[in-house]
Amino acid sequence: MELTNYLVLAAVLFTIGATTVLLRRNAIIVFMGIELMLNATNLTFVTFARMHGDLHGQVIAFFVMVVAAAEVVVGLAIIVAIFRTRRSASVDDVNLLKN
Amino acid sequence: MPTVTLLSALPRAQELSTLLPGRLPTTLGAQEIVPATTFVPGPFLLAPLLIALPLLGALVLLLAGRRSDRWGAWFGVLMSAGAFVVALVVFFSMLGLPADERVVDHRLFDWIAVGGLDVGVGLRLDPLSMTFVLLVTFVGTLIHVYAVAYMEHDPDKRRFFAYLNLFVAAMLLLVLADSYLVLFVGWEGVGLASYLLIGFWNHERANAVAAKKAFIMNRVGDLGLIVALMLMFAGFGAVDFATVFADAPEVGAGLLTATGLALLVAACGKSAQFPLQAWLGDAMAGPTPVSALIHAATMVTAGVYLVVRSAPIYEGSPTAQLVVVVVGAVTLLFGAIVGCAKDDIKKVLAASTMSQIGYMMLAAGLGPIGYAFAIFHLVTHGFFKAGMFLGAGSVMHGMEDGVDMRRFGALSRYMKVTWVTFGLGWLAILGIPPFSGFWSKDKIIEAAFVPVDGQEWRAWVFGGVALLGAGITAFYMSRLFFMTFHGRARWNDGSGNPTGTSPTDGPVRHPHESPALMTAPMIVLAVGSAALGGLLAFGNVFVDWLSPVTGHAEHAEPVLPVWSLITATLVLVLLGVLLAWRQFAVAPVPIVPPRGSVLTRAARQDLYQDQVNEAVLMRPGQYLTRFLVYGDRQMVDGGWMGLAGLVGATGEKLRGMQNGFVRSYAATMLAGLIVIVAVVLAVTTGTGS
Repeated sequence: MELTNYLVLAAVLFTIGATTVLLRRNAIIVFMGIELMLNATNLTFVTFARMHGDLHGQVIAFFVMVVAAAEVVVGLAIIVAIFRTRRSASVDDVNLLKN
Repeated sequence: MPTVTLLSALPRAQELSTLLPGRLPTTLGAQEIVPATTFVPGPFLLAPLLIALPLLGALVLLLAGRRSDRWGAWFGVLMSAGAFVVALVVFFSMLGLPADERVVDHRLFDWIAVGGLDVGVGLRLDPLSMTFVLLVTFVGTLIHVYAVAYMEHDPDKRRFFAYLNLFVAAMLLLVLADSYLVLFVGWEGVGLASYLLIGFWNHERANAVAAKKAFIMNRVGDLGLIVALMLMFAGFGAVDFATVFADAPEVGAGLLTATGLALLVAACGKSAQFPLQAWLGDAMAGPTPVSALIHAATMVTAGVYLVVRSAPIYEGSPTAQLVVVVVGAVTLLFGAIVGCAKDDIKKVLAASTMSQIGYMMLAAGLGPIGYAFAIFHLVTHGFFKAGMFLGAGSVMHGMEDGVDMRRFGALSRYMKVTWVTFGLGWLAILGIPPFSGFWSKDKIIEAAFVPVDGQEWRAWVFGGVALLGAGITAFYMSRLFFMTFHGRARWNDGSGNPTGTSPTDGPVRHPHESPALMTAPMIVLAVGSAALGGLLAFGNVFVDWLSPVTGHAEHAEPVLPVWSLITATLVLVLLGVLLAWRQFAVAPVPIVPPRGSVLTRAARQDLYQDQVNEAVLMRPGQYLTRFLVYGDRQMVDGGWMGLAGLVGATGEKLRGMQNGFVRSYAATMLAGLIVIVAVVLAVTTGTGS
């Protein structure tokens, strides 16, 4: 199986994730976009590791997973806190820190 | 090496003193100026007191404030008189020394010692400085006494005496200094004191402006002295008299000319010589004792002192000497012409001072032949001009501070003492024998008629100017005298005029003689005006006394015989007096000044000196300033303000991007990332890696 296909798939996933982050307002959906981008990156790392025949990329993929898990915990906590105070999960409503 | 010079110098000095006992009919050149010795005889150690006493007076009076109001005036008099007593002690001990040991440098303390420059503060005691010290302290003390009565009702009398003392102290420092730098300190002190005194009644705007004018014009002159100091430091590596004068014959004529001209600028500023003369007339804004002090003893004489003191510099530069003579001649005529048209009694006297100082400058520029007479005239002038200023003050005192001579007249009946003392001063300035002025002024005219370097045109031109000046002086001084003391009374005596002899308009005046405290100094000065010249001229005493400083002049013949010069001068003087008598004593003097000729109108305006200064210097200066300020605002400030504005405006625009929307920030980050990746790609493919 051609390894390039994995890279193309990763690129497509990353683009979908990025578009989700930029276009959707719901914080949960934005979060999912971010997760999609992270996993697209992971796929790329693993693919390149396979191409070059060493383990560096795979190790980094684990790191990303750990960081992503931690990030989800913190991020969801923030979203819940915001939802409790503002009764909304829209990121456009969270603009009070400007100016 | 030092021992050798000492040994070789020692016998020569002894030889001189044994070979030249007293006076010798000598034809030695100007090089015979006696070098300064550093051995200080006992009484000379008192000399610092000369400066310290008046300075102490000024300090005490200024610091003690209102507490000293009661005794302040007499304390000032006491300090000035104390300085005079010290001056007498030093003078008599100097008389006891042989002539070639009378020049003494008394070093007091080190002041500035950096690199090649070593300036100490010291006093030069020699016949020239002692002459000035005696004049300043004696006349100064008399003016102090006079001022006690004149300023009696002034609430700030104490401050006035503090300034007077400061003036005397600064002038003494000026004439006693042993280097140009210390002289400069005194020079500035005199400028400061004159500023404070001219503007003493500064609650009136005109007086404050006059003080400022005097100060600023003096600053222009001071600049000349500063330049001279720099030139000396560059050329001689020293600024003390001893070194500079000893080295003067060895340096180039160019340096001497430049230094001489710079010194002349300084002298012009202080002595109100053309072209820096404009401040003198306005300086009359000060109280009359101040005018007397400025015009007789201190301040204006400083310029003449500077030129005579710097004789060795001028000796090396005939060009600078010629310029000094020209300045003297121009000022002489300038002052005389202005004096003929003024109606303000003090302004006439001021113009006359300018003219008389012009005579001294002229003499000082003639070289060794004139130095002694310049100083001689300065001394006699100090007496008669101080006397006349005090007389004018006395007239003003009796006339409720009126100064318009067209409102005077016939005052001789009411102020006998003032009339007589003023009359003696008048005869002295006219140069009528045997009064003081004759002995000094006539000698200057005679010296001016001596050709310099065989150039006869100079003798005729400058001699002619001096002669003409004597005639004009006689006219305007007689005009002043007759308008004030003779003719018909032109003031309103308040009687309603039953006899029809005095006008009924104008303020009422009750002329009366001044108190004894004022007339006593006038009498002393009048005696000096009458007798001093003859006494000092008798047996050439004064010229011989000064000879260690000024050198012996070679005897030279004027282009005309001496007797004919004296006759011509006297004839011109008498003509001037007669003319003034006819016009201002016999004929009625109009109260409203007639329109007059073009020259009269010009002279009333001081020959347009202020207009010229304003048009030539002030306005271009203002335009230049405005242009520079405009340039600064537009170009320099404008540039930086524009840059700041640009940064500010950009920031304002960028601020809009901080909208608080997370998605917008994310888009920015993405765009940035894409740009970075694009750049990295472009760079890596561009370098072929």
